[in-house]
Amino acid sequence: MLYGIVGYGVYFPVYRIKVEEIASVWHEDAGSIKKGLNITEKTVPAIDEDAATIAVEAARRAVSHAGIDAGEIGAVYCGSESHPYAVKPTSTVVATAIGAGNNVMAADLEFACKAGTAGMQIAMGLAKSGMIRYGLAVGSDTSQGRPGDALEYTASAGGGAYVIGGGKDEVIAEITHTLSFTSDTPDFWRREGASFPSHGGRFTGEPGYFKHIIGATKRLFEVTGMEASDFDYAVFHQPNGKFPINVAARLGFDMKKIENGLVTPMIGNTYSGSSMIGLAATLDIAKPGEKILVTSFGSGAGSDSFAIEVTENIEKNRGRSVKVRDLIEKRKIYVNYSTYLKNRSSIRKK
Amino acid sequence: MERSSANLWRKINSRYNLVGCKCQNCGTLYFPSRVVCRKCGRDSKITEAKFSGNGVISSYTNIRVPPDSFKDEAPYTIAIVKLDEGPSVEGHVVESGGEVKIGSRVRAVFRKMYVEGDEGLIYYHYKFELV
Ligand SMILES: [Zn+2]
Repeated sequence: MLYGIVGYGVYFPVYRIKVEEIASVWHEDAGSIKKGLNITEKTVPAIDEDAATIAVEAARRAVSHAGIDAGEIGAVYCGSESHPYAVKPTSTVVATAIGAGNNVMAADLEFACKAGTAGMQIAMGLAKSGMIRYGLAVGSDTSQGRPGDALEYTASAGGGAYVIGGGKDEVIAEITHTLSFTSDTPDFWRREGASFPSHGGRFTGEPGYFKHIIGATKRLFEVTGMEASDFDYAVFHQPNGKFPINVAARLGFDMKKIENGLVTPMIGNTYSGSSMIGLAATLDIAKPGEKILVTSFGSGAGSDSFAIEVTENIEKNRGRSVKVRDLIEKRKIYVNYSTYLKNRSSIRKK
Repeated sequence: MERSSANLWRKINSRYNLVGCKCQNCGTLYFPSRVVCRKCGRDSKITEAKFSGNGVISSYTNIRVPPDSFKDEAPYTIAIVKLDEGPSVEGHVVESGGEVKIGSRVRAVFRKMYVEGDEGLIYYHYKFELV
């Protein structure tokens, strides 16, 4: 029996803000920021969008891509670091909005940028144990960067959703192995009630992102006996456009294997959605038999690593979804910095 | 705008998923749901029916001076959408960018409708986007 991805969907807002627009407010050099972070623009949520509306849109697309009856979904896990309520689960909104009914396990997850892939692991475990037929894992965020902080150039909005289940005729991409690498690392945090996250500056790179992604991926290599050359594609968490290229090189993947899944330069860092959207962009073009490595990263800190093998079934579902690359280009509305602040609820009419 | 949990909860299925009803006696579809069919009266056989959310704009207006609850959203577009299944519904058109026309095709999306201050409930609702 195969277990893995049965369908997937992504969503991000149509609004965009360019690096130049943010840089001009703070009198910074847009050229060096674009080069330093490898990013040109990022998505901005509409005033009526939040992590729950983004999760619902991505989840509806995933369910229709899977071609299943939402009533057969037995578990819904929503990962985000920007859940709209501190207490009142996003997963209840998503389960109802996709028509999953009441007989569903549901919970919200939080693990910085990797809460969505943590949901995929949970859904995988439940499906494989036979406790559920299908599970839905969503990662979505409308992440906030403090005005003037370096994060402001990258923190964007978007989400990815995956229907996880079993069956040789249904699984479009088998998850052949998954594991995690976790440690208590103070690289990035946000206290209850605080509007913006704090971070350890340069400390976020080496002991955070790189240590955990490399740790999880090397462990996956060890356990499965696979190595970089066994994979056709690799997707890493994309907090900016530079880190994933750097970590890929350190793990022995050349640029060709990661470029399809590298979307942060065009849409920004969608946090919990980041590696899930990157995987979706890769599945959009992957052929049966090809292998994909995915390693997410969440500050605090941890990485989830997946070895994925695409099956013949992927061709059957192709027509049911819009490709990530096409969605990125489909419609863009550029906003200026003041509209950006208004949409993020930083300024309000009295 | 209503301000009660009970009111929000009762309407969730129609607001999230455009769930209305169908009279099984004569086949007429209704949104929002009704208890009695207009045509059949006592012979009504009302069951739940979910609408696709696809339709065509039959009328619209651009709101520049909004009620207090939507003051941060103005200007925005409100339209009457004739759903493909028949009934007409009123709804916000998101990111319309002044491109709305009578006859424009739309589909339902999931958005926030109203937020009760800093501590209250968030009301989610269908809105429409141009296809
Ligand atoms: Zn009737």
